[in-house]
Amino acid sequence: MAAITSIPVSPSAPSLLKTLQQPRALIALVLLMWIPLTLYVMLAGAISETVRPYLLLPAIPAAFLLYGIAVTSWRESPIAVIGLTLIFFWLIIAVTVPFLPLVDPDKPIAPFAPIGAVKNNHYFVLGADFKGRDMLARTLWGCQRVLVWGVTATFVAYVVGCMLGLLAGYLGGWWDQAISFIANVLLSFPVMVLFILIMNYLGASGFNIVIAVTFASAPAIMRIVRGLTFDTKNRDYIFAAQTRGEHPLRIMLYELLPNARGPIIVDACLRLGYTTVAITTLTFLGLGLQPPDPDWGLMIKEAANVAKSPQFAYMLLIPALSVSSLILGFNLIADGLREMSLRD
Amino acid sequence: MLKLIASRLLQMLLIMGVVSALLFFIFDSDKFKKQIAVAELGGFAVSALSDQDYQGWLERKGLNVPFYERYAKWVGGILTGDLGKSYQTNEPVATLVADRLKKTGILGFWVFALMIPLSLTCGIIAGMKEGSAQDRITSFISIVTTSLPEIATAVVLMSVFALWLKWFPANSAMVGGWNWLALVLPVMTLVLYDFGYVARMTRASMAEVMTSQYIRTAILKGLPYKRVILRHALRNALIAPFTIIVLQMNWLLSGVVVVEFFFQYAGFGKLLLDAALFGDIYVIQAATLVAVFVAVLSQIISDVGYSFLNPRIRFS
Repeated sequence: MAAITSIPVSPSAPSLLKTLQQPRALIALVLLMWIPLTLYVMLAGAISETVRPYLLLPAIPAAFLLYGIAVTSWRESPIAVIGLTLIFFWLIIAVTVPFLPLVDPDKPIAPFAPIGAVKNNHYFVLGADFKGRDMLARTLWGCQRVLVWGVTATFVAYVVGCMLGLLAGYLGGWWDQAISFIANVLLSFPVMVLFILIMNYLGASGFNIVIAVTFASAPAIMRIVRGLTFDTKNRDYIFAAQTRGEHPLRIMLYELLPNARGPIIVDACLRLGYTTVAITTLTFLGLGLQPPDPDWGLMIKEAANVAKSPQFAYMLLIPALSVSSLILGFNLIADGLREMSLRD
Repeated sequence: MLKLIASRLLQMLLIMGVVSALLFFIFDSDKFKKQIAVAELGGFAVSALSDQDYQGWLERKGLNVPFYERYAKWVGGILTGDLGKSYQTNEPVATLVADRLKKTGILGFWVFALMIPLSLTCGIIAGMKEGSAQDRITSFISIVTTSLPEIATAVVLMSVFALWLKWFPANSAMVGGWNWLALVLPVMTLVLYDFGYVARMTRASMAEVMTSQYIRTAILKGLPYKRVILRHALRNALIAPFTIIVLQMNWLLSGVVVVEFFFQYAGFGKLLLDAALFGDIYVIQAATLVAVFVAVLSQIISDVGYSFLNPRIRFS
């Protein structure tokens, strides 16, 4: 009975969803959402202010569509759906924030205005910080940088880590020895120590965060991929590919990597959470993203010196809870995916 | 086993050698030398300094020689127990690091003393009955607490316990002497962040053991449930958490940097951060090597301990 009632009324809806669930359509959608957002944040100074908001227009429907697709395909795991909702809440905010009715997040209006106050003709939903900037606008704008730099850094770390892991695992011998030694050197640092040393040497900026995260995360990713490669490289289909005379690089990327994707995807979600923590923490320590653009780590850093009494604690709590909700989202997705993969 | 430990220790020495040489190379750049000069003489004095005077200053500080010469001298100094002097405070590095390590040691001791029993108990209770209410609740709490980064936990705890309730001081600098109350919030922050991860790992290990044949046999034999858990299940279920707890020492060194900076607790993490921001090369060297030493040592202990506890694993 349940199977019959669950068939949707309109026959065209599932077919559209099905088409969009194809890998190519999905990749196109992700790129449609991601490229405008990345350009918007990374090339902030290079694009004129009149054109800049229009850059995000194609990303808005893409983000909503992706959320719908993700929820329908992972609906069997409520944990993953909660996680997705948290992540997409911030993603949708990130792409729509220039069009929302918010005041300029960098404009000082009324210092120390508490939550819900009306001062200087402005209603402060979440209060104002010590410079009088609207907390709601700053919190919503703040998600852009964390999301863009966090995902970019994790992605680069994954490309480097997977490549090194495949090389070490598939080629073995000296490749394995050399790559593993470098990885061991990097893994013997406590992560935050490595971050501080690298960021201090390179200087504080978003691109340097990508480099630092790559150095800190790629060795661990490399180890996982190397182990998975060891497991799969003696399978028959690898021998078949070798007999066909395929290039080792092709075997690594087309035969080995797709078969190791399950654990990699779960680990990627967890690592997105770690990277978000790292970026916020580095910014808090003064080594990450720089003022004046709104950013959660920066908001905590600036407020930590000022908010010394309970009525100003909201200045610290709002950014802290925002970043936690994002990390919780990544962790819940990882948990849900792991649960689903165990069930199969 | 001895051969394994020896080879790992040798590898550790090699890693520390590479790391320290790399650090000397990195902090040899002009930017950092200028930074030290600015910190010591003031920005205006440095910009007014002629090139010749600057070279003279570098010579007095011993910074004009190439980094490999300074490195060789530093390695020679280590062998005689001399770790150099801090550029920032002019104190001998050895006493500085030892003092700060002691403070972080106290912090770390209380973190582990609270975290281990708490996370093991939660993990075991959750893993005893997979999918039960207690399992769901523990899993949910641990996933939420691990999702709160140290900085967020610190903010929340400080707002609630220091600003609202005023039970503990918000600042743990302890300028007026040692104060146990000031230690509470840093310890709580670290415990809250770390407990979830260990509890989840313990739960997974316990849940796996509970599905095994010998536990089923023990239950079917009619042994009391308490005895099955305490005598049969725990022995195997606690092997994996042991390695994870030891590896948390490595993580703790990352965590203390943030927590000590936030609460202004004068420990090892704050020393490292301050030194890195200042470009205080001898302090960075000593602190980084201590950090690497602790990290690698914890990896060795966890590997050796694991093979010792689990007779099915043997290193060749």
